[in-house]
Amino acid sequence: MILTDEEIRQAVEKTREITAGYDTSRGSLIPVLQKIQDHLGYVPAPAMKETAHHFGLAAVEVYGIVTFYNQFRLTPPGKHRIKVCMGTACHMKGGNIIMESWERVLKIKVGETTPDREFSLERVACVGCCTMAPVLVKDETVVGKMTPTKVDGMLFSHQLANKKEGMPQ
Amino acid sequence: MSEKINAYQSLDKLKSGVVENWEALKQKPLIMVGSATCGRAAGAVEVADSFRKEINRLQLDASVIEVGCMGHCYAEPMAVICNPGFPGICYGYLDEGVASRLVQDFLVEGDPCVEFALAATETNDYIPTFEDFPRGTVEKKHVMEHCGFIDPENIDHYLAVDGYRGLAAALSSSPDQVIEEVKASGLRGRGGAGFPTWKKWDPCSKAAEKTRYVICNGDEGDPGAFMDRTLLESNPHLVVEGLAIAAYAVGASRAYFYIRAEYPLAVERVAKALDQAAKYGLLGKSVLGTDFSLEIEIFQGSGAFVCGEETALIASMEGRPGLPRHRPPFPSESGLNGNPTVIDNVKTLSLVPFIIQNGSSWFKSMGTPGSPGTAIFALAGKVVNTGLAEVPVGTTLNQLVYDVGSGIAGNKQFKAVQIGGPSGGCLPGEVLDTPIDYDTLTRAGAMMGSGGMVVLDENDCMVEIARFFLDFTQKESCGKCTFCRLGTKHMLSILERITKGQGKPEDIELLLELAEDIKAGSLCGLGKTAPNPVISTIRYFRHEYEAHINEKRCPSLMCKDLIAYYILPQKCERSCDACVGSCPVEAIYSNENRIKVINQEKCVKCDSCMVACPPQYKAVVKVSPPDEVTRKEKVGQ
Repeated sequence: MILTDEEIRQAVEKTREITAGYDTSRGSLIPVLQKIQDHLGYVPAPAMKETAHHFGLAAVEVYGIVTFYNQFRLTPPGKHRIKVCMGTACHMKGGNIIMESWERVLKIKVGETTPDREFSLERVACVGCCTMAPVLVKDETVVGKMTPTKVDGMLFSHQLANKKEGMPQ
Repeated sequence: MSEKINAYQSLDKLKSGVVENWEALKQKPLIMVGSATCGRAAGAVEVADSFRKEINRLQLDASVIEVGCMGHCYAEPMAVICNPGFPGICYGYLDEGVASRLVQDFLVEGDPCVEFALAATETNDYIPTFEDFPRGTVEKKHVMEHCGFIDPENIDHYLAVDGYRGLAAALSSSPDQVIEEVKASGLRGRGGAGFPTWKKWDPCSKAAEKTRYVICNGDEGDPGAFMDRTLLESNPHLVVEGLAIAAYAVGASRAYFYIRAEYPLAVERVAKALDQAAKYGLLGKSVLGTDFSLEIEIFQGSGAFVCGEETALIASMEGRPGLPRHRPPFPSESGLNGNPTVIDNVKTLSLVPFIIQNGSSWFKSMGTPGSPGTAIFALAGKVVNTGLAEVPVGTTLNQLVYDVGSGIAGNKQFKAVQIGGPSGGCLPGEVLDTPIDYDTLTRAGAMMGSGGMVVLDENDCMVEIARFFLDFTQKESCGKCTFCRLGTKHMLSILERITKGQGKPEDIELLLELAEDIKAGSLCGLGKTAPNPVISTIRYFRHEYEAHINEKRCPSLMCKDLIAYYILPQKCERSCDACVGSCPVEAIYSNENRIKVINQEKCVKCDSCMVACPPQYKAVVKVSPPDEVTRKEKVGQ
């Protein structure tokens, strides 16, 4: 992915700011990366290099950590994040149908972001709301008992809200 | 001896005024809204707001607090209303309208609106209590007793219900006595494997190295399990207390909560609990006035299932990829940063305060001789009453599914119960009378695991279930052991082939052979148990595999590639357009007789039309194999 100079500068600056608050013991590596993702929404390559420098590691070791754990993203997320639960209970109650509905309405595949960076679509292992299956998490809100029509409805109300604010679609 | 008086005295000092405040809170109308993550998903935050708004509007002297989850998740959002003069009444299936009506009718006019009531929380002459229902006779709540009845963000509430007495009791005896008590109680780890807890504590406490750690494992990764989340969200202080006792017993002065990233509310509530406990002198230097000091920190997991395994968990805390390693040395000898470390599950630690307070013989009076005590199970899937239930170990699956869960939803036939998550197996109706404990379940081909139970009915395909779990473990395999990494991949591709109708007759034997190899060739529990779902479904549901392979047919009408949707012409109402409107891809059209027909080329099999078709017609059906549609069309059925 190609980053703009501005994005690189921002990533490096933010990373320096965050690492300054931590010691260089390796146990702090994951908390630092989590914080970077909290602020930037993802962990870009310049941030990994900067982190590696702080901990005295090779950049590839940090890359190894980032790619090992599911939580970390390498690409910027959309403005809104749709996370569809793929746990057992959700699966049995049609979680994959919900996922396919989103893929259809957003015209992207799971793991991708829409070209306008409005939505990104992800899967989560289990959010522990099995009794409300099928479940998805939109940004930080858990929505239970999803149906394909509810997917259409959520997208529609989102577009309506945007229209009201006069934002382009 | 002086220390003994000390710990209890310090606790009593903390408690002064707390109980009175708690009672005073109940002198006025008190509304407790269940707002753990599950409640929030159902709309608990809006319901709580609605209660507050109405109370403000009517200028009432009543309080609304947000509590955890009492386990009756099927009825979320729910609330308990304690109105002086009435027994506490629990209301379920609330919405904003019902909430404001309850304030007006119950709090103002004194009509308890029994039509919305689930049950009373104390015995009375009018409304049955939870104990009066079949579920209540099976449940034995200890760990979950206060979940949903106290504010998890208020330490005073926990102290008011006798919280931290277990810690005071522990601090009044020697660490060895604490370990002895836990040993005598026969407590086994509730995380899944059922390893005796004292066997972890004992070597750690005797280690030469003095810097020791205790970790609470809250990396609840099993899909279908949510009791750790509920406990951490509903009564975090109980877990903190258990962790503190464990730390005292093994002589650790530093402890950690390892909580998975998907549980932000749990992290928030535990962080608050730790802050409050430190302020009250229950953590930090000289706990409750004794020489024991303890710091607790939270470490957030990063979304790797394998980190539930203790050596992988330690690796991830050390900032390395979460790869399990060979044991021995066990973490109790060489764990975090090479120091002796005890790692216990949230539920195990939650039981400890009760054992220390009530003694090991009390604990042994519940459960089976081999596995005493209670265990928490998460019921999800196709049962009527989903939720959490704390029952004595040795309760039968039958009782859990039919008494606690009230049977199968929608008059469907029970098919199997999936227990133990991706490491467990599917058990059919024949073994429903099996008492659940670690050993009997292993014999039946499943595993207690962390206690997640997903109930499956006639519409669930067992091959698809096996494929789902294999897909999960294959993605989560850390890649260290070849057999796990490549073996699960192989098994998955075979299962995928079968669910697509491209299976070969020899596939079943090949799957079983691969399963044995993966079990033998893997280092950690993930690989050792990954084939279980496949083995158990082949063992009990071989005929379903055979139908997929030989007849290219999915008997449960679930595997997408083997089914088609079809509208029965004689049942279609013609003038109704419900299905047409519901279809997201415009695959449904009216033919010359205005009967609706599905264009099979366009259909994405999303199930919308089947849901939309009004129940009095039930014209949309699924057929398998898909070419059944052509046959039906020919004969005009």
